[in-house]
Amino acid sequence: MDKKTHKDPAKTSAELPSVDLNPPEVQPQKPPAPPAERTIELPEELRKRTVKGPGGVEIEVEPLRDYYCEAPPTVMPAAYSKIVEDLFNWARAESIWILGFGTGCGAIEMRPLMTPRYDAYRYGIQWRPTPRQANLFVISGYLSVKTLKRAIRSYEQMQNPKYVVGLGSCTINGGMYWDSYNTIKRLDEYLPVDLYITGCMPRPEALLAGFMDLKRMIRAGEAEGANKYAEYFDWYKANQKRVIKDWDMPDYSW
Amino acid sequence: MGFEWIKIPYSLLTLFIVVNYGLLLNALIAKIAARVGRRHGIPIWQNYVDMIKNYGLRTSITHGVMFYMGPVFRLSGGVGLLLFVPTIYGSVMFSNLSFAGDLILALYFVFFGTLGMALGAGESGHPYAAIGVSRGLAQVTAAELPFALAVFAVALQYETLSVTEIVAAQQGSYLNWTLFTNPFAVAAAMLSFLGSMMRPPFDVVLAPQEIPIGPPTEYHSSYLALMQTNRAIFPIAKMVVYMNLFFGGAVSWPIFFVKIFLIYMVSVLVGVVFPRFHVEHSVRWFLIWAVPLGVIAVAIV
Repeated sequence: MDKKTHKDPAKTSAELPSVDLNPPEVQPQKPPAPPAERTIELPEELRKRTVKGPGGVEIEVEPLRDYYCEAPPTVMPAAYSKIVEDLFNWARAESIWILGFGTGCGAIEMRPLMTPRYDAYRYGIQWRPTPRQANLFVISGYLSVKTLKRAIRSYEQMQNPKYVVGLGSCTINGGMYWDSYNTIKRLDEYLPVDLYITGCMPRPEALLAGFMDLKRMIRAGEAEGANKYAEYFDWYKANQKRVIKDWDMPDYSW
Repeated sequence: MGFEWIKIPYSLLTLFIVVNYGLLLNALIAKIAARVGRRHGIPIWQNYVDMIKNYGLRTSITHGVMFYMGPVFRLSGGVGLLLFVPTIYGSVMFSNLSFAGDLILALYFVFFGTLGMALGAGESGHPYAAIGVSRGLAQVTAAELPFALAVFAVALQYETLSVTEIVAAQQGSYLNWTLFTNPFAVAAAMLSFLGSMMRPPFDVVLAPQEIPIGPPTEYHSSYLALMQTNRAIFPIAKMVVYMNLFFGGAVSWPIFFVKIFLIYMVSVLVGVVFPRFHVEHSVRWFLIWAVPLGVIAVAIV
């Protein structure tokens, strides 16, 4: 898997070509062989159970079915009129809300962006505490398998259109965690990445330059990661399930 | 008494002016707060962009009927408050739909949005939303007490429940303002004002650093955009009530803009200086410092 071509990590973010949104090299029709069926014991709060209501009414609760949406995501079309879509794309580019979820050590490079030294707010970039309101997920550095599980669920709760930026070399090829037993190596096998910012660590300036690149892509209508995720949903799910051994959650959590 | 239909487009014009003023003012206030922290702050048009972005999101999910209704209630609270109180005193165009007993209705509308939000956020099922709403209701209730007392004092003082008549009684000189004729009521009301503006030290309900953002945790796309619209309208509408009751109202739009800005700055200045209160602290603070002032105001009228 690791021999496949991917974007050159030696390039700085400013030199990165506009990221191609071609489908992943692996054909989606042939997902890697799914692992043999495992029986995973669900945590107690996710098991089917009967709850007694206030009036003595017995309610049957099946959390995986009741609390989550099972339907896979669908490809969402752009607005009918090009002018409207261009307006929306401009607004999306000028109003980037980042999910405040530091997945790895790179998150520390985002803090200077919120504070007076680099102040990203003047570019319309701000941090939101909940995935529902966020558009951009910055995977900040190495991603352990445990965190990947949370990252996937957070990503799926974000609303279309949504963008993923891989920060640091760990998201590109594993970086210094290349031979670690519990981190993933290539982020774009699990989530549709729009842009990589290379370095270990990239400076806040590099992040700002990367965000500017992302803005250009969004305005040009090239950042369609959410639709890509919906289109190759099976491929992404198969990849995710291959590394996440204790898959005790619904396949798609909105 | 016939209804004059021309009032409807006039009211919509008021609403239009207030929405735009609110969006720009909110951005300006954010910029001022950023400058205090030595940042540049957001561009002045950022709120417009955020709203277009949120209206333009392609997907949105729902948690049920009340989830839809929450932002709608919230917005109608803001719009209702604005429309039933005269914006510009003495102007036929901008006296909106005010009538003889509008003070009581205004008091009701101040609370209405919070209740709607409680229903909507409760339906979202997110624990943070439930915690946020219970904190918010506790704090707003505590902040509402001194305000209600101040309003009673003012209503007793001028012997009317009509906002227009209260404004009329304050015309002539700034010494006629309630600020000078009944300072205790104004003091109690301004302390309550701090609590209801969702700025520090009373913003623990909505603060992103606490339980993530509280009631709107699950709100996104158009729902959130509706609530952002309300964030532009509601503070202005509330300040219109304050301006009319305590600061002599406004006879023209420039005076309106200046007075609203200055009233807003009270809470901003307090906000950038003081750190955040816990909810139990703020409830205690309101009961100890603001409510007695309100009681004194009612007692001496």
